[in-house]
Amino acid sequence: MTPLELADDALVAAQRLSEWVSRAPTLEEDVALANIALDQLGVARLYLQSLGDEDALAYGRSDAEFRNCQLVELPLGPSRGDLDFGWTIVWLLFLSAAQKIRYTQLAAAGDEIAAKAVKESSYHLDHALEWTVRLGDGTEESHLRAQAALDELWPYSHELTEGIREEWLSVVEPVLAKATLAVPSTTWAPSGGRNGQHTEHLSYLLAEMQSLHRAHPGVMW
Amino acid sequence: MTTEPLWEVFVRPRRGLSHTHVGSLHAPDARMALRHARDLYTRRQEGISIWVVPAGAITASSPDEKDAFFDPAADKIYRHPTFYELPEGVQHL
Repeated sequence: MTPLELADDALVAAQRLSEWVSRAPTLEEDVALANIALDQLGVARLYLQSLGDEDALAYGRSDAEFRNCQLVELPLGPSRGDLDFGWTIVWLLFLSAAQKIRYTQLAAAGDEIAAKAVKESSYHLDHALEWTVRLGDGTEESHLRAQAALDELWPYSHELTEGIREEWLSVVEPVLAKATLAVPSTTWAPSGGRNGQHTEHLSYLLAEMQSLHRAHPGVMW
Repeated sequence: MTTEPLWEVFVRPRRGLSHTHVGSLHAPDARMALRHARDLYTRRQEGISIWVVPAGAITASSPDEKDAFFDPAADKIYRHPTFYELPEGVQHL
């Protein structure tokens, strides 16, 4: 993966996850999700700074210029604006497992940003897998929601894990088994995010993220 | 809206010091409580070790018993090591 792909995955994930701020089921979880969003933003900034002007890259590109995988831009629920905690946890499980594997590989190859990020992604993964087991193997309702999210998000995991699929499965599948969740059998594997082909959801996300900068370029507070 | 159990959180700031009570939180179980404690109470390098204890497991002295528990110590000044003359040259006391 290129630094821009790593940065865009983290940046878009940070923006998505921050939708939970003030809306999480408990105060404790609110802080936890905000923490993870901030970690993602921190990594995105470091990679963007390594590539040039971070504000121009974050706020000045259109959706077709973003190189994130499609998973991170998806709404964190069955539809946009309909936040679902189980959905979010499955999404975070997918993302953090992939990020931990990639950052570990990059850190071993001397990438200093990845070396910092690998500890953070270990914690994100830990948080996601603890919750995955509790929701999947929790109540009837929590199991249904987690399984529904898993079924919907699974196709997007292929693009996320390109080149590390086997290793990713070796992390995720045991967690799903422990959570009594069934691995979906679908083979549909949408992709294109790395080439700038995105779902409709990215442009809405960017509109919210970029509107202030576009209205007041360079604004500070 | 939470119905999750309450946990008391103790953090050890660094090696050689004791765990100190820092606050409480709600969590479904001990493992999640530990993770929430990490997020809520050690964000700014406040500690190197965390304990979480179910709040219900703590037996506390009652304010009603305050006089019986604590007042008698007040007039027993011989419990304080203030009647010794320090020899010359003794330090760190």
